[in-house]
Amino acid sequence: MSEEKKNVALFVTCLVDLFRPNVGFAAVRLLEKAGCRVSVPAAQTCCGQPAYNSGDRKTTADIARQVIRTFADYDYVVAPSGSCLGMLKEHYPRLFPDDSAWGPRAADLAERCYELTSFLVEVCGCMDIATSLPASATYHDSCSGLRELGIKQQPRSLLGQVEGLQLSEMEDTEVCCGFGGTFCVKYPQISERMVSDKVDNIIASGADMVLGGDLGCLLNISGRLKRQGSKVRAYHVAEVLAGMTDLPAIGEADGE
Amino acid sequence: MALTAREFKHQAEVALHDVNLQRALAKAKGGFVAKRRAAVAALPEFEEIRTAARAIKNHTLANLDAYLEQFERKVEESGGKVHWARTPEEACETIQGLIGSEPRQVLKGKSMVSEEIDLNHALEQHGHTMVETDLGEYIIQLAHERPSHIIAPAVHKTREQITDLFHTEHPKYGLTQPVTEVGAIVDEARQVLRTKFLNSEFGITGANFLIAETGSTVIVTNEGNGDLSQILPRVHIVTASIEKVVPTLDDMSTLLRLLGRSATGQEITSYTTLSTGPRRADDRDGPEEFHVVLLDNGRSTMLGNEFRDMLRCIRCGACLNHCPVYGAIGGHAYGWVYPGPMGSVLTPLMIGLENAADLPHACTLNGRCQEVCPMSIPLPDMLRALRFKEHERRITSARSRGALRAWAYLARRPRLYQAVTGLAMRVLRQLARGRGRFRSLPLAAGWTGSRDLPAPQGKTFQAQWRRR
Ligand code: SF4
Repeated sequence: MSEEKKNVALFVTCLVDLFRPNVGFAAVRLLEKAGCRVSVPAAQTCCGQPAYNSGDRKTTADIARQVIRTFADYDYVVAPSGSCLGMLKEHYPRLFPDDSAWGPRAADLAERCYELTSFLVEVCGCMDIATSLPASATYHDSCSGLRELGIKQQPRSLLGQVEGLQLSEMEDTEVCCGFGGTFCVKYPQISERMVSDKVDNIIASGADMVLGGDLGCLLNISGRLKRQGSKVRAYHVAEVLAGMTDLPAIGEADGE
Repeated sequence: MALTAREFKHQAEVALHDVNLQRALAKAKGGFVAKRRAAVAALPEFEEIRTAARAIKNHTLANLDAYLEQFERKVEESGGKVHWARTPEEACETIQGLIGSEPRQVLKGKSMVSEEIDLNHALEQHGHTMVETDLGEYIIQLAHERPSHIIAPAVHKTREQITDLFHTEHPKYGLTQPVTEVGAIVDEARQVLRTKFLNSEFGITGANFLIAETGSTVIVTNEGNGDLSQILPRVHIVTASIEKVVPTLDDMSTLLRLLGRSATGQEITSYTTLSTGPRRADDRDGPEEFHVVLLDNGRSTMLGNEFRDMLRCIRCGACLNHCPVYGAIGGHAYGWVYPGPMGSVLTPLMIGLENAADLPHACTLNGRCQEVCPMSIPLPDMLRALRFKEHERRITSARSRGALRAWAYLARRPRLYQAVTGLAMRVLRQLARGRGRFRSLPLAAGWTGSRDLPAPQGKTFQAQWRRR
């Protein structure tokens, strides 16, 4: 390739790092396939949302500075999550309103950072997914990705290239699944109702699998599907696009 | 108004198990959402109107004092009177003063401000009899309840419950047959109310807008009860809050185009009624006296702080109708006058953060409310701003602050974080013993009470990446 390779840093996100590393490796594979040079800076932990959404602005700003510093030297920063990316892109700049040092640095990061599917579609252009999965799937639109970043068509257009994959939309796909970070453990009963409604819609879609772009939602949804004894399997969209669905679905046992 | 916002969590749980409430909510929710969607889709310039409306309100709020003074001047020129009330108590005293000490029957149109100041209770204590004339308000008055929705006060009730309620309360008017169809229910309420319309000397309504250039107050209704409540009595009293003012009739028209569509999916409500002063010499009807009681109740403070955008609210209820939390628990669980997203912002500001500490947190910040709000109010940001305040004032629970501190300690130390989490994930993986998920887990009961917890894959991404 004559063109200089894009220098991309992967922001793994804490949930992928801890619960589902496969999503991180899938993201790396996709980015490399799209012609990027991928790095994973070691000094990353979390984007700070648990602090931010609990009202702790100071801790959030500390973490934001750490992230901004860690990801300062890359052309692009990409994360397999609309929620964490929304935090970097929409909320970091607001943390430093009158700070002439960190304000511009936060704005600079916001410019360079992308959620995975929107990066693949909007920055890398048409990439060849070249994978197949004979299955039917429904796609859950995660709230932050949808409303803060406008992610709606990007994952669908990429999934449209997966040979054999049938997309069937569920009712209320844009309605929150009830995860909401700490919300789901602070108000478990309200959250249960929301995720039950979501799961009903997933099942009613008739799809064999539910896909999404945020692991938080997928842990919540798959956990509820399993609790109800459903056979619908949950995967992150990156795993499907990278052809890395050979491991058990989220929340499933080996060989289930 | 009974204030039970402190009991939010408990009330929400009760609501989730209330079969009638759940049936009523399920029925209402889909209707509101689909009708709004269709109405917005049928108006290609919706977004442009929305932008214009936001600008109108922002401009008005930036010059609120001037427009309020103009409004007062115009009301007085047309023969009416404006009364300023800083607090709910002042507002109630003013209205009590206007009605006088002799016990009266007072007609009421729907008004959320009257709920905010708990007017019925205040006037009943002085021996007056309050007659709610809006069908929904009438129903909940009979049931001794309060509104659970700002535009559909009785939305929490099923039709069967209303049938039973009327059947218990109406035989004293000679109406002894149970009515089950919506039309018949409306007719029967009309029949009971009609006699009262003719016998009341005082009528109180709210206002959706106040027009500065004309001194008019405006209400929008679908039943026409508001008109009767203000035309038939001798004295018409309007209760309104200060942010309801708009400069001109044209501005009102712009906002009206959003209000009906956002609220009920109507292009315009059945009645839009403008009242300007008392009856003039050549008017065929109308009240002899016209009073407007203007309530502040913390709004002028909001004007100068980060909650100013909230004053753009036109009380359409779209944020309630699209909120999955409201849809799950209904309005009463919120524990005060205003429920749903707009209420979770307003309630803490009006009754104190410490009295409503749960409300800003009982939200996933999913943003659907902001998406449908015709006034583009950043409701999630405001809820988060209230969370900042709670954290600063240490209103949040010691336990959640402790957990946050422990997590933050690790999150700011990547090496330590990776060592600790790497170990924890391996242990969890072991504990899962190949089952792929946990049905229960100590310390994670909040999660595992209602869903399984997927087990981690094993080694963290970071650990695997470093050995790649
Ligand atoms: S906040 Fe917006 S959506 Fe909610 S009632 Fe007010 S204007 Fe309507």
